[in-house]
Amino acid sequence: MKNIMINTGNYIAAKAAVMAKPDVVAAYPITPQTTVVEAIASFIKSGEYKGEFICVESEHSAMSACIGAAATGVRTFTATSSHGLLLMHEMLHWAALARLPVVMCNINRVVGPGWNIWADENDSISQRDTGWIQFYCSSNQEIFDTVIQAFKLGENRDVALPVMINYNAFILSHTSMPAEIPTQKEIDDCLGRYKPLWKVDPKNPITFGNIIMPEHYEKIRRAMQDAHENAKKLIPKITKEWENKFGRFNGDLIEKYKCEDAETILLAMGAIAAESKVAIDNLRREGYKIGLARIRTFRPFPNEEIVKLSKKADLIIIDRNISCGNEGALFTEVKSALYKKSDVKVTGFIAGLGGKDVTYNHIIDMYKKSIKGKFKDTIWYGFKEVKA
Amino acid sequence: MSKKYNVVTSISYPQEGSMGKTGSWRVFKPILNKDKCVKCLRCWIYCPEGTVKKKKDGSVKIDMNYCKGCGICANVCNVKAITMVREGQQ
Repeated sequence: MKNIMINTGNYIAAKAAVMAKPDVVAAYPITPQTTVVEAIASFIKSGEYKGEFICVESEHSAMSACIGAAATGVRTFTATSSHGLLLMHEMLHWAALARLPVVMCNINRVVGPGWNIWADENDSISQRDTGWIQFYCSSNQEIFDTVIQAFKLGENRDVALPVMINYNAFILSHTSMPAEIPTQKEIDDCLGRYKPLWKVDPKNPITFGNIIMPEHYEKIRRAMQDAHENAKKLIPKITKEWENKFGRFNGDLIEKYKCEDAETILLAMGAIAAESKVAIDNLRREGYKIGLARIRTFRPFPNEEIVKLSKKADLIIIDRNISCGNEGALFTEVKSALYKKSDVKVTGFIAGLGGKDVTYNHIIDMYKKSIKGKFKDTIWYGFKEVKA
Repeated sequence: MSKKYNVVTSISYPQEGSMGKTGSWRVFKPILNKDKCVKCLRCWIYCPEGTVKKKKDGSVKIDMNYCKGCGICANVCNVKAITMVREGQQ
């Protein structure tokens, strides 16, 4: 019999983390991530989680503690959001350059000032270049599956990179949805024991994080780039294996929905992409040939897949982020993937900043705006001058 | 010798001169007056880089390949057997 849990994204993330049996969890609470930490604490109390929980004084310390623990060759997990993630920034680079597979959930939340706790992806987008693998989830089931898959991916010796699992504040973090939970044995069999690529060990003394000369540093960066390329190949294998084992497929680098005969393909991430499926079903009933390619991994970026999609259809991008001075981050990345490989029409929308609701009706409206009228580079959807 | 890991990150293994010949950083050079030395080994204990070598007869020798010229040995020497001289001025 299937074990279905109906709970919030945060609780399900915590459940997945605990089932992966990390030796160390170090986390600091921040809205809207707090209930992840609370759930892990409750798993300690109930005896379900037997690892070490380090109660730290900040997110910078949380990541530092995870790095220190991971450097001794053990499995680690943490979770954060928004300003917490930004405070970790320095240590995010550290974890990646040291090739330590720390797994972290980040609940996408607005960055202040303008204190606001709702969904917006600028927090994790601004960590794009830290070397972390970035997943964006669009359901609680996917959060569960991706947390487990993240350990498997990050700990693979050809990858050896930290993994960030992003999901939207409240829309997923605090919304109850059903998720199928495998048995502990199934998870144990899937993950196996973590065999670190390197570790600090008094019996085998080494210095970690020492001074290195330019040519060696260049080599480290290059190896990280290669590791991301390896991850690109490994992710489809892991998700396929997952599908064979558990009968669920959330997509690999991309999740495609009704793309086969589509003349227009919508590209989005996170909760907007989940909402887009409803919009696409409605539009198809009206006779429009539209599909969705939900970007599941922002790093490594699915360049080749996007080029393939562009051969058959025009692209519409919805960004719940803005790189001020340019445009939405996904819009930039997609256009860069297409350079010299496709001259397809690409329209970019900025929508849902500051946690503004993006419903399927809005998405339908965006689609109709983009196929009609004059081509525009970036459209701020539904932007209104509001009175103070 | 420590076991080497097959990973591309910044790890160094304990060995002599793993950071190159750091003696080239030196501005002041310690000069040991063997006649004054009483073999108390304070310099041997205090040298932060382990460049003061103890010989079989209890006397000391400073390894100029790695001595950075910090002057701690001269400072701790009770009989003032070590003096610091600017490089190239001895």
